[in-house]
Parts: sequence; structure tokens; C-alpha cells
Amino acid sequence: MNFAATPARQGGFLNLGQIALQRLTWAAGGLSILAVVWLIAGHLLTSNPKLASYSTFGLIPTLQAFPDMWEAGKIQNASMASGYRLGAGLLIAILIGAPLGVLVGRIKWFAAYSNSPFQFIRMISPLAWMPIAVLVFATWNGSIIFLIAIASVWPVLFATAAGLAKVDPAWFKVARNLGAHPLQMLTRIIMPAIAFDVFSGIRLALGVAWIVLVPAEYLGVTSGLGYAIEDSRETLTYNHLTALVLTIGVIGYVLDSILVLLIKHFSWHRGGA
Amino acid sequence: MSIRGTEIKIEGLSQRYPSRKVPTFNRVDLISPPGEALAIIGRSGCGKSTLLHILAGLTKGTEGRVLLNGTEVTGPSPRWVMMFQAPHLYPWMTVTENVGVGLTFARWGKKEIAERVTEAIRLVELQDFAQANVQDLSGGQQQRVALARSLVMEPELLLLDEPFSALDAFTRAALQKDVRAISKRLGFNIVIVTHDIDEAVIMADRAVIMAGSPGDIVHELDVDLPDPRDRTDPEVQKLRARLMATFQEAANYKKPEVSLAGAGR
Repeated sequence: MNFAATPARQGGFLNLGQIALQRLTWAAGGLSILAVVWLIAGHLLTSNPKLASYSTFGLIPTLQAFPDMWEAGKIQNASMASGYRLGAGLLIAILIGAPLGVLVGRIKWFAAYSNSPFQFIRMISPLAWMPIAVLVFATWNGSIIFLIAIASVWPVLFATAAGLAKVDPAWFKVARNLGAHPLQMLTRIIMPAIAFDVFSGIRLALGVAWIVLVPAEYLGVTSGLGYAIEDSRETLTYNHLTALVLTIGVIGYVLDSILVLLIKHFSWHRGGA
Repeated sequence: MSIRGTEIKIEGLSQRYPSRKVPTFNRVDLISPPGEALAIIGRSGCGKSTLLHILAGLTKGTEGRVLLNGTEVTGPSPRWVMMFQAPHLYPWMTVTENVGVGLTFARWGKKEIAERVTEAIRLVELQDFAQANVQDLSGGQQQRVALARSLVMEPELLLLDEPFSALDAFTRAALQKDVRAISKRLGFNIVIVTHDIDEAVIMADRAVIMAGSPGDIVHELDVDLPDPRDRTDPEVQKLRARLMATFQEAANYKKPEVSLAGAGR
């Protein structure tokens, strides 16, 4: 019989190595182009006497800043502080967003009533909450975590709801028919069925959270990547500033890549991601 | 794998919905002995599918009760398993995982699950596809997986709700024969709901006809034919004609120019 048996989760096994290599080549190539552009811009800054004081923005001074900053623990401390806020904010967003998404996806009247208020609150810029957050929360950490949570709850909520809307109701009937308990229904049927959508939502949420985090840290706090950037600007150590910007990019990229892997792992859709 | 059948006893079963004046069916009585393959034939909307759902414990009747070997059906159980029109497989699981899902619900050990699943997959002749992604299978193969998923529970009673109506004629014929052969080999009961006369003749030991509003069993006919049954066999043809005549009479059939739903397929 002419039939290509494919493993259920990996989706194509033989080509996996080749595909990974090709992706890696593309990534390396694209990043090299970015580095060259940066190198040229740095060179232009150095060669122009009017802009020479900004020459440390260039790629080479930036890379030279890393060993010192690492030794001083500046990058690690800033990343840890920011990471904690990001993690806490995202966790709250998931803990609130996923169950609310289940309600929106499963209960018609809840979806009908909640749609307008949710869309309304969603359209308020997370940073517009800043003054309110500062008044309400006793600590800066608290208010930053609140801002991240309120920014990232929406993608999780709406992705979960959209995932549930696509679930075949007969899957529940079959499971019940085969003797599934409510908890098994949740862990064996609902969760794997919507994991792909939930992680896609979390990926979007991570992007938003990462964007909100840095400006939120410009204000008040004395730790984190946003604070470290402000600090570098004020102390005129521009290569530290760019090194931190680079760190933000790298961490964001790594976190996003992890989520892409999770999404791929949980994806069972054909012709999709 | 060997399964004992069950005695099905339907006593005064009624189903009425508050939104409708006439009950879907009213005080239906029916007995099916252990190991029998029973076909319930009727036109769309006669309540036969609702009756099957009540047998499966997925719906409750308004009145009356269903007894299986003397035990009243109050909900779904692995002892009486339903197969639906579409396979409804879980696309994130392999064939093997789909077949074993009911046993994992019952918290069986890994080894026992593997053994039973292998046997069930062999029974439906899908050995070569055990690790395949169910989305890569044809419609007929998917319905075979759904069959194995039901058989693995070793049910006393397999309920079939027009399970092959979405398949092409050849696949349908093959599955009808196979399901009957497996049921006879293992000894479990079958109740199949269908509007396809052919299906009843090929699969059942006895056919009952549901008709009217409210629906009731208006006729029954023993399908006393040797196995394996072949559509082209004159005996099969003769019985098919008799069943069709009974069906038309029962359904108060008056307009010969309109073909019966699915009866000619």
C-alpha cells in the first residue's frame, strides 16, 4: 500500500535535520547582515567628528562592554530582576487568561456579556495604567507585574477561547462514552486539544510583556534591564546601553524560540504551523 | 479476546421533549437475547437515534427503563459502547493511543493496555498503521480505528449509529461484513440504527422497523441467512425485497416516485 506513515507529533522525521540546518543558515545569514549594518553605522559615527562622542554605540565597543559588565554582575542582576517581573506577570496572565478563555469559549452568555468590556479594557494602553498601578500597589515590583499581567492577559484569553471554539464537541461525547471522568476529560482531551492555541497566545503575550517591561522599568525601580539602560544613559556609558539593548534582544529571541518549539510540539493541526 | 453478550430489555421506554406536543416515541418494549445483532430501521426523525443514545446511557428517557443483563442503564459505561457516524478520533494521538484511550481512562497498566490494543488493532486489520497519525488515514481506516477503540473495551454490547454512512460503497460493504464477523466471533451484541435496508440485511440477525409519530416498533423480521452474506446472493436479494416491502408498508409509504432516504444506496 502506498502510504507514508508519519509520527503523530513530530510531523516528518527524516527531513527534520535538514530543515533545522536550513533554518540555522537563514538565521545566521540574517543576523550577519544586521551586524554588518551596525558595523557600518558605528564606523560612520567614528569618522564624523560631530558624532564622535556617540562612537561607543558601535558594534565593537558594545561587544567589548560585555566582559566587564558580566564580571560586575550587571547583566545577570538586571536580567534576573526583569525576568522575575516578566515571569510573575505572565504567570498571573496565564492563570487568569486561560480559565477566562475557557469560559468565553464554552459558555455562550458569558462570551456575549464579556466581549465588549474585554475589548474595551484591552484597547487601553498598558502604560496608561501606570499612574493607577503606582497608586494602588505598595511596591514598584507590584505595579510592574500588574502592568505586564494586564498587557499579556488578552492574547492568552482570546487564544484559549478561539482554541476551544475549534474543538469538536463529539470528542467529549466519545470520551464520556468510553468512561472518562471530568478530570480526565480536562487533562486528556481539552488540554491537548487546545495546548497549541494556548501556547500561541502565550507567545503573543510574551512579546507584549517584553515590550511593556522595559519602559515600565524606566520609572521608579532601581533594578532590571530598563533601569540599567536609563542608568547607562545618565552615566554616558553608551556601549553599556547598547550592550543592554542587545541583551534584551537576545533574551526575547531565546524566550520566543522556546515558545515556538512548545507550539510545534503541541501542534496536531495539519497544514498549519 | 472473548466477550459474552448481554440480554437487552427495553421496558416501556418513552421520550418526550417539552417543546414538542407529540412524544418522539412512546412506551417502546423490546427484548434482544445475548449475542444477537439487531437492526433498528426507520426514516430520519423516527426517534431511532435517540433510542440508541438512551441505550448507551448518553441520554435519559422520560419514562421506562433499559436493562442489560438485569442491570439498569443509568449512564455511559465501557460495557456498552457506542460508535458514531463519524470516527471522531483524537488527532493528537497515534492510532495506538486512540485505540487505548478508553483503557487509560479506566487506569489500566501500560503492559495490559499494550497487549489489548495490539489485539484490537489486529482485529480491525490495521497492524501496519499502529503508529500512524490518524489524520493520514482514509475514512474507512479511521472508522476501523474507532471500531478498535470500542472493541478494546470488550463491550457486551456495541451500539452503532449509522456508522458507515459517510463511507464509499466498497469500504462500507467491507466494514459491515467485518463488524458482523467480529461480533459473531467474540459473541457481543450489536444494535445498529440505520436507514439502509442493505446494511440491515448484511449485518443483522433480526430487523425491527420503527415508524409513526410517536415512533414505535411496528414490524420485525428475522434475517435468517447464512454467513458470510453476499449482496448478490439471491437469498439476500429476496430478503432485502421483503424487508423493503415491510418497511414501505410500515412507513405508510404512498409516493413511489420519491425514493426512500438512503434505501437504494
